[in-house]
Amino acid sequence: MHDQPSVRELVEAVKNFVDHTAMPELGGRAAFHARIASNVLATILRDMEARKTNEENEKVRLISLLGVNPDLDLREMNAELRQRIHAGDITIQSADLLSHLKKTAIAQLKVDQPTYSALKKAIEEP
Amino acid sequence: MELIFFPLIVAKMSDLQDFQQQMQSVLRRLFGPAMVVDSVNRLSGGASQETWLLKLAGVTAPETLILRRAPEGSLRTANSSAIGLPNEARLIRAAGAQGVPVPDIIHVLSDQDELGEGYFMSRVAGETIARRILRDDDYAYARDVLPGQCGRALAGIHSVQLNGDPPLPLSQGLDQLGHYQDVYQSTGFCRPIIDLAIAWLKENAPSSLMPVLTHGDFRLGNIMVNEEGLTAVLDWELCHLGDPREDIAWMCTNSWRFGNIERRLGGFGDLEPFLEAYAAYGGPVISAAEIDWWEVLSSLKWGIMCMMMYESFRTGIDTSVERAAIGRRVSEAEMDLVNLLEAQRNA
Repeated sequence: MHDQPSVRELVEAVKNFVDHTAMPELGGRAAFHARIASNVLATILRDMEARKTNEENEKVRLISLLGVNPDLDLREMNAELRQRIHAGDITIQSADLLSHLKKTAIAQLKVDQPTYSALKKAIEEP
Repeated sequence: MELIFFPLIVAKMSDLQDFQQQMQSVLRRLFGPAMVVDSVNRLSGGASQETWLLKLAGVTAPETLILRRAPEGSLRTANSSAIGLPNEARLIRAAGAQGVPVPDIIHVLSDQDELGEGYFMSRVAGETIARRILRDDDYAYARDVLPGQCGRALAGIHSVQLNGDPPLPLSQGLDQLGHYQDVYQSTGFCRPIIDLAIAWLKENAPSSLMPVLTHGDFRLGNIMVNEEGLTAVLDWELCHLGDPREDIAWMCTNSWRFGNIERRLGGFGDLEPFLEAYAAYGGPVISAAEIDWWEVLSSLKWGIMCMMMYESFRTGIDTSVERAAIGRRVSEAEMDLVNLLEAQRNA
């Protein structure tokens, strides 16, 4: 399959259209939704960029935290983590758990909402 | 929280002109036959209820009025926790009698008004947009006095004695935790931070305080503010009987600080002066540390609310881009929960 234009280029083109052509023509509720649409397109671009690395890192942390079989997929590992939290086997007293969850939340928020106030604070603190 | 279903709203207006005509005939009974409804405009915001701005002419009538009304011709199941507009009007009046700044309820619609369910109220001047209240120089003085004013207003709301009339659902901290846990599990999301927060909340639940009338959505965005501070508490549809700390913590939720993370109370102030005013005006004595558990619950609720709103997109109930995008705000609550739980671990 060719990728000229690439998915990234196509999304960028649509975002340009929304920002510079559609949005100035719109008012009221349609303008509000256009602004959200533009933000969503930016999220898509960040997601495409970060997902592979984020999921690999998350997996490495979960293998170390849970000692699970590295062949499990990410969804299965998170289900296992959830099960241990439910059973009370792992609590907020585990520094490793909180460190893992914090890194996971930071990585996700950098994609979803990079301007959120708590993200800046979490990155500044060690 | 209990599910409450509302009757079908039968008022079907063929067009805006009929609607305006009908409002005029209702309002003429209040303000005299010379009164004219000059214009009606639907105000944005509020999916579960319609809000209309009316401009009036006539000697005895006010220049403007607000109509809050159930969506035309719809089953009001959009928000199953909402208490219904006639009850809302009664609670606003009861809070006003306790000195809480609220709009004046001018008229509650009855069947003979043929406008559906709703009420007319006075229009209170001021600003509700949080970012303006938090950032514009015009509100610098207001930001200084708001903590005390909000503490006093909330003490007034919490002092309303309903004696079962109208009957409101009782929903304390653990009831809410159970409800939101059920919702979370029904969505099929697997977000371990949410699970950890639920586990911590269960393990550390405080004992309940005496239930009071709680507003249910007391935060920036739902209060009207002018240069002098608080002018009205709005959006009463989620009122219930509950723990007073729920309302206090909701205003402290980081999502409702709108970027000003360092000011715990709504992004505009500190919690301590709020709690001092709250106690001075008859509320129970509550320390800032007692709000911690409730703030964790608040962020948890917000995260699960985002999941619910995304669910309405996923299941095709609301296919707007806004409903899709809000699913990506779950991570905002997750980040807040991690930060809050980390602080509890280090405490």
